[in-house]
Amino acid sequence: MDLDPILLSRIQFAFVVSFHAIFPVFTIGLASYIAVLEGLFYRTQNPAWEKLSAFWTKVFAVVFGMGVVSGIVMSFQFGTNWSNFSQASANFIGPLLSYEVVTAFFLEAGFLGVLLFGRDKVPPGVHLFSALMVALGTFISAFWILVANSWMQTPQGVEFRDGMFHVLSWSEAIFNPSFPYRFTHMVMASFLTGSFVVAGVSAWYLLLKREVEANRKALSMCLWLILFLAPAQAVVGDFHGLNTLEHQPTKVAAMEANWETQADVPLLLFAWPDNDTQSNLVEIGIPHMASLILTHDWNGVVPGLKESPPDEQPPVWIVFWSFRVMVAMGMLMILFGLGGLALRITGKLYSTRWYLQGLRFMSVAPFLAVLSGWFVTEVGRAPWLVYGMMTQAEAVTPSLTGGMALFTLIGYIVVYAMVFTAGVYYLFRVLQMGLEDEDQVDEEHDRPMRPLSAAHVTFESGDYPGKDGPGKDNPGKDSDFDATPLNKGGH
Amino acid sequence: MAMLDLPLIWAVIIGFGVIMYVLMDGFDLGLGILFPFAPDEQARDVMMNSVAPVWDGNETWLVLGGAGLLAAFPLVYSIFLPALYIGVFLLLAGLIFRGVAFEFRFKARTSRYLWNWAFAGGSMVASFAQGCVVGAYIQGFETQNGVYVGGALDWLTPFTVLTGLGLMAGYALLGSTWLILKSEGYIQEWAYKITRPLLLAVLVVFAIVSVWTPFVDELVRDRWFSTIEVIWIFPALALFCAFQIFRHVGKRSEGMPFVATMGMFGFTYLGLLASRWPYVVPPEYTLWDAASAPESQLFLLLGVLFVIPIVLMYTAWSYWVFRGKVKAGVGYH
Repeated sequence: MDLDPILLSRIQFAFVVSFHAIFPVFTIGLASYIAVLEGLFYRTQNPAWEKLSAFWTKVFAVVFGMGVVSGIVMSFQFGTNWSNFSQASANFIGPLLSYEVVTAFFLEAGFLGVLLFGRDKVPPGVHLFSALMVALGTFISAFWILVANSWMQTPQGVEFRDGMFHVLSWSEAIFNPSFPYRFTHMVMASFLTGSFVVAGVSAWYLLLKREVEANRKALSMCLWLILFLAPAQAVVGDFHGLNTLEHQPTKVAAMEANWETQADVPLLLFAWPDNDTQSNLVEIGIPHMASLILTHDWNGVVPGLKESPPDEQPPVWIVFWSFRVMVAMGMLMILFGLGGLALRITGKLYSTRWYLQGLRFMSVAPFLAVLSGWFVTEVGRAPWLVYGMMTQAEAVTPSLTGGMALFTLIGYIVVYAMVFTAGVYYLFRVLQMGLEDEDQVDEEHDRPMRPLSAAHVTFESGDYPGKDGPGKDNPGKDSDFDATPLNKGGH
Repeated sequence: MAMLDLPLIWAVIIGFGVIMYVLMDGFDLGLGILFPFAPDEQARDVMMNSVAPVWDGNETWLVLGGAGLLAAFPLVYSIFLPALYIGVFLLLAGLIFRGVAFEFRFKARTSRYLWNWAFAGGSMVASFAQGCVVGAYIQGFETQNGVYVGGALDWLTPFTVLTGLGLMAGYALLGSTWLILKSEGYIQEWAYKITRPLLLAVLVVFAIVSVWTPFVDELVRDRWFSTIEVIWIFPALALFCAFQIFRHVGKRSEGMPFVATMGMFGFTYLGLLASRWPYVVPPEYTLWDAASAPESQLFLLLGVLFVIPIVLMYTAWSYWVFRGKVKAGVGYH
């Protein structure tokens, strides 16, 4: 068979990682938001906070579930498709992933059950504590996984001997040169993602005049965060870029589609880079700007792609265009932050329809930014898997055939497409239900005991498979319901 | 440091992680296997709600097993996973469907039956695949210079199909005895009713595998029939536990059937390990051959010894919070 197992494994990993990445980036931000809401409720006893927390926890549960299952796939994919890499890097990557499991995954899983289902089973303080632990777990998880990724980008503290990496200094390997930038950039991206999704959904509810008080609070909080975070993220991104220029100059050259090492490099707004001809087919740019941005000097010398032989260059156009998508999204975010401030000062924040509509669409911006940013950094590393030390071709599983890799690639695409479609559908269902008053929510809420109730009241005492069991009848005022989080009376 | 046999310590830790996984995810996978046969939708709600708050933590032990193997015995990791490539894919696909079913099923209206099937089908496929892994481990792997060189479906043999079905029956038994503990009324009645037939199914597979295994591998045969007679204590204790399950179902005891099932799993597991010890990638590599660098094993050991007790504490606490019967009709959500 002519199928290339390396290419197929790369596509497969890119697909699985991209699919997986959108969930944690959202849940990291959302977990912190829920913890803040729980904290505010604990302090003030204002039911608006509890309402918001209960609602966003439901969203969190769906997204977290999808993140968990797609994450399990990733942890096994190292072994199935990249067994040579696993074997060679096990001395370092193995302990990192294990530390992630014992310090983060268990923490999240252990307290998630209490956060989701335990509001009436534990004291309020313990429930708040659970929310904090889940949020903490997401950060610890991000820490370890970004250590692993950063090390693959800028490996340090190791020595390659007898076919394996051996750790010489744990602190150098863990706190490798690109780690601080990458971690900060990613955590801020997560906060921005959470903020924009919550802001977008709140804006939508405000347009529909639903739960105005709580949603105004939510929108206002998010916009304050965005106002400061979006520009700060640009600054961090700039530092990250300088760090990349120092350690992975080829990647930066690809981001700028700059082939020759030269001074006065223009910032290309549009270009069509071509690896075959080692040049850009078209280019439109602003003179000097790339030199200025990258070296902070009007005439700075920027290394070009041709510093590396053609077979050590990444596919330039992917890196070039992904980078532009990410930056464009970032700029839009800054604009929306500033726009929010202007409207707030003039007192029209909650009534400006175009702005609220715009925020709805901005909910997808952070996801686009994260994915394209991820493409920049991952594709930009090609053909290396461990930068400068191990190529993708050296890392792939020896016994893997193209046919096997294709089979599982198609398999994952089919499985993920089904799960993702359903997940998005149910997410919209949750969003449509919103955070309305308890009575109303009960009417519309799916409970195990009356699976069809949301389809409407006709079914309430009607026929579904479990009707003959105990507890079949009228839900609304049923005492069974006192156990549900939204219905608990105690505030 | 030379005193410490790190690979041995790690073998014990990973062995512990694997049995934790088997026992804990075992009963919630088992519920999935029993799902299609449940008396009604109400019973399915109770079954799912009985594990909804804890399944995620249960499954985390599997991830720990994978990551721990990579960290401590990379050779095992990088031979098992390529060798079981297709099986691992099926396992993961199964786990995906059953995992999302927990969230989606309660949010579905007309499509609820699809998520019932996703939960049941996913649990069955995942359990079967895990059982095949056990069989493949007994069978051994074709390797050269520490790299798997066999074909994509070498693991799939009549023997592994049998161990696959055996583990499905075993998990179903864990599921039914868990349900006895967590349910009441007609649902508990049903769980009592199916427990003895399931036990019988497990014992049949247990018997066939016991007879068959020595013929699969010479080394195992030697181990069982000559080297250490003490080893026979494990199957004997497993059978004693099986008898306890039978007896306590008859006595309508609520907790003992589950405890005895866990005991049966534990002793069977020890027996299995004893027949292969100290080979981790049979028939070639022992656990000392497969170990990662000592400094890596030590680096992780320090953290794990400190953190795992804490993990066990809050896991136990979480089970304590959700103790007691799951009432029909009460959604946690």
